[in-house]
Amino acid sequence: MNKKIASFAVITGALALSACKTTAPETLPPDPVPATSATGGETAPTVPQGPQVGSQQHFEQMVGGQNVIFFDTDRYNIDSADAAALQSQAQYLARYPAVSITVEGHADERGTREYNLALGERRANAAKNYLVSIGVDAGRIQTVSYGKERPVALGSDENAWAQNRRAVSVVIN
Amino acid sequence: MKITLFIAPLLSAAPLVAQDLDSPPPAAGPVETVEEGEGEGGLTGSVSFEGRLDDLGIAIPGFATDADRPTPANASGTGALGRELGRIVFNNLKNNGLFKPAGPDSLPQPSFGQITAPQWATWSNRGAEMLVHGFVRARSDGKLAVGCYLYDMALQSELVRGGWIVDPADWRRAGHKCADLVYSRLTGESPFFDSRIAYIAETGPKDRRVKRLAIMDSDGANHRFITTGRATALTPRYSPDYRRLLYLSYVDGNPRIYVYDIGTGRQTLVTQSTNPTFAPRWSPDGKWILYSMAVAGNTDIYRVSADGGPSVRLTNTPGIDIGGSYSPDGSQIVFESDRSGSQQVYVMNADGSGQKRISFMGGRAATPEWSPRGDQIAFTHIAGDFNIAVMNPQGQGYRRLTRGWQDEAPTWAPNGRIIQFFRTERGTGRTGLWQVDLTGENERRLPTPVDASDPAWGPILP
Repeated sequence: MNKKIASFAVITGALALSACKTTAPETLPPDPVPATSATGGETAPTVPQGPQVGSQQHFEQMVGGQNVIFFDTDRYNIDSADAAALQSQAQYLARYPAVSITVEGHADERGTREYNLALGERRANAAKNYLVSIGVDAGRIQTVSYGKERPVALGSDENAWAQNRRAVSVVIN
Repeated sequence: MKITLFIAPLLSAAPLVAQDLDSPPPAAGPVETVEEGEGEGGLTGSVSFEGRLDDLGIAIPGFATDADRPTPANASGTGALGRELGRIVFNNLKNNGLFKPAGPDSLPQPSFGQITAPQWATWSNRGAEMLVHGFVRARSDGKLAVGCYLYDMALQSELVRGGWIVDPADWRRAGHKCADLVYSRLTGESPFFDSRIAYIAETGPKDRRVKRLAIMDSDGANHRFITTGRATALTPRYSPDYRRLLYLSYVDGNPRIYVYDIGTGRQTLVTQSTNPTFAPRWSPDGKWILYSMAVAGNTDIYRVSADGGPSVRLTNTPGIDIGGSYSPDGSQIVFESDRSGSQQVYVMNADGSGQKRISFMGGRAATPEWSPRGDQIAFTHIAGDFNIAVMNPQGQGYRRLTRGWQDEAPTWAPNGRIIQFFRTERGTGRTGLWQVDLTGENERRLPTPVDASDPAWGPILP
């Protein structure tokens, strides 16, 4: 039984990796936030205390953690995995028209500082342009580049670098 | 009533935009060079030594004083100040890597009268081939007079001398001037010790790094923070007259280049635009500023007068065009572009015409900086690891100078003989400033109070 589950997890993991190579390997998106409270059981209130509409938490939950897209080294193209993530972001923005976002563009540490600032700007704009192309009002999307200044993965290896080459959509409060 | 009166001036003095600035550093005072009226022509004399400079024995005892007087420059008086001056000359020449001198802490102290009449036997017994003597004298006007002499022991003759009058607050500069005099006389190169460095001081963990703009003398002394660290600061550049600093700040939440005035402590945006701006550079005459600006994600290089006014766009490709460093005569600009698909080095005329790629050594080539002598371009060569390399302005004569895991962002010493860069440690992300000479043989870490990156040398001080 345990073995079965384990092998299933390995297969789906491998599928996920091969299907979208720009998804950061070995790192899963954060768990949907309400999962723990929903399974909380007996004393569950009638109105679940989910994250507030229009909050970053709510946004990340509703897009299934797909508020981050990933890029290959020195690249800024939107591949199919990125497109799927951005489509879910666009659906959220269509449903909540009062919400605006900033797309933060990032690069890995294996680049020169100034080039990485320009590269992060390019990545943020690639994400923005895609969102606009599928109907999001450009006025609702700001961009900012952090270059290599704000890594999320702290290692100095391919895995960490893949996680850091990213564009992160953040709700503007 | 009292309260409103008290608040009003505070409000009027408050800046309109978010600020990240520390109290401004003092502006540099002038150093007066004493002209010798004797016409003894020391500069034309020949040096007896012909071997390698690092085999050259240079004795640098403490500077002598005519009378031990109190001075604001040293709590123990001018006698102790003289020994400190000797230590500055010693440390400059030692850390430069070209020389292996002996300093005040291992040598006898000459008297004031011996400065111009050396005790030759004392020094030749210690294996010295060159002898540096100096004096410091507190003047009645409160200033310090400092003299510096270089003697050739074999010839028992003076090779060169210099004299300077400095405010007590600028006493270290007299030591740097003496080291510059000795260095120039022995190597034939232009001086560089009496100069300053702007850089980014880094603290904190890798994912929450605090980055502050800081300045210091070329030997790390007189260290000052310019920004408080509330906002990330990056990539400073000293103006050729040391009065202003260009740097990138996230103080308004976006990366933008500011022009910081050292005298007033005020700063302005390099251009009134909501677009992000990066990679600021001065022209050699200080009249122009190059900056790179991303419009709808595409970065190009622009030029603006240092006094403000409209900007001129110099590049116009779908690739990232960024940076830019003027040739010493201001006629050309070397810059970085990924228009070919990867970062490479290009040269164009100062008006943006005639753009052509010059780097073809394989790998990527980034952050080019034109030597102040004009004959070399330093850059970051990315071929596996990141290393500092040089080539000539035609892209020939490639030489790799360093072998770190990640060495980047070279800038030149004012004399074009030494390159400064920063090295990042794999894993920890810790950074430090390093210097390497054009041979690649003499590499050393420049001590800084905390981790450090983005070093930028200013010119030799007047």
